[in-house]
Amino acid sequence: MSRNTEVFVIGGGPAGLSAAIVAAELGAQTLLVDDSAKLGGQLIKQTHRFFGSSNRDAGIRGISIADKLCEDVKNLKDRLCVLENTAAVGFYSNNEAGILSQNAYERVSYQRAIVCTGATENSLAFENNDLPGVYGAGGVQTLMNVHGIRPGQKILMIGSGNIGLIVSYQLIQAGVDVVGLVEGLPTIGGYLVHASKIRRLGVPIYTSHTILSALGETQVEGATLCQVDDRFRPIPNTEFDVECDCICLAVGLTPLIDLFQQAKCRMVHIGELGGLVPLHDSSMKTTNPEIFVAGDASGIEEATTAILGGRIAGARAYESLYGSNDKVEQIVAEAKEELKTLRSGSTGERIRWGRERVLQEVGAC
Amino acid sequence: MTSLRIEAHPVLEFEKKKKVRFFFEGKEFEGFEGEPIAAALHAAGVKMLRRSPHKNRARGFFCAIGRCSSCIMEVDGEINTMTCITPLKEGMQVKMQKGHGEIKP
Repeated sequence: MSRNTEVFVIGGGPAGLSAAIVAAELGAQTLLVDDSAKLGGQLIKQTHRFFGSSNRDAGIRGISIADKLCEDVKNLKDRLCVLENTAAVGFYSNNEAGILSQNAYERVSYQRAIVCTGATENSLAFENNDLPGVYGAGGVQTLMNVHGIRPGQKILMIGSGNIGLIVSYQLIQAGVDVVGLVEGLPTIGGYLVHASKIRRLGVPIYTSHTILSALGETQVEGATLCQVDDRFRPIPNTEFDVECDCICLAVGLTPLIDLFQQAKCRMVHIGELGGLVPLHDSSMKTTNPEIFVAGDASGIEEATTAILGGRIAGARAYESLYGSNDKVEQIVAEAKEELKTLRSGSTGERIRWGRERVLQEVGAC
Repeated sequence: MTSLRIEAHPVLEFEKKKKVRFFFEGKEFEGFEGEPIAAALHAAGVKMLRRSPHKNRARGFFCAIGRCSSCIMEVDGEINTMTCITPLKEGMQVKMQKGHGEIKP
């Protein structure tokens, strides 16, 4: 079987949903596929309130943002077709892609594709890191906030970026004892407001520390930590053990970029954006003129910027088929203005630098 | 050991689903209909879901979204079932698969 669509959106997280909503609102026949059973991507496990920007989702919980986007999708059902439990598995020549649902394989013939595949969690090398009880922060949030089950009674958090800090707080809300938070750098990575919250609740934060090993035979029973020097080398004779029944890794994300590579988009490695990302211009178009990108796949940031990047990609994909109009320009101008605000200040410095490098590389090719 | 199920939460409300009975390695367990098999096992305190085929290392729940294959088990005779995304049903027979598992005719 095969399907035809004008705009084909891969991924139903904040970026993909926003891109599909904008493309369909402007008038393009749009198909959205997502490989999970529930739309919303990682938003469906975000119980915290987002900082957002003054006119977008400030103070709203992630789960509510997902509900709002899904509602918009439903209202556009005449032009926006959604397939859940369906994964995009590859691009062919002639603007065709393969999609796989539980028992069926189909081809999709598209004019523009917007790829919003998101990211995968990074792991960390330490002894016994494969023991049951060592989880990624995403897995912990799914178990706890989607299925209502604690990952364990006592958890050790590795990584003090915003995810490590926020998930620590969520774990405490769910009744889990967070026995400590380990950070290799001498300073906390995430926002101080998140760190203060868990510090006030008595969670020890071990900066300039690392995990050497997980303890236990068939499941985690503890961990050995130690201090590290300014080049992250363990300092001998500083080892100590902590008791815990699970270990949560919040050590960053890497863009999920296989589909771009397969579609022969030019890639660039930018550490500030999480690794390899498809080169793209300010309209989120990759070096393959039929393929656009948005969300974490274009560089690791967060849900509000993913929504805005998705809106730009949706509008520009539409424009590349039908030409521009006032509404397209308005959507793009608003999104760009909000992105500028969100990425301003010292906390946005790394992202600004990474984004500028992408644009420079695009200009150079 | 206190239960791992969250009873009260300051932000979330969890829908009470129908209780069902299932079997893990022949032993009877309880879980909720429609929740992932791996979640029901986790709530019941089962952390090791299989052993790795080559080095015999313990393997458990990991990614929770059907990507990593750490939680594959034999469910009602079907091997390599990703239990973190397979909904629990009444009477399911869940087993740790040996090695790479055995495909039944």
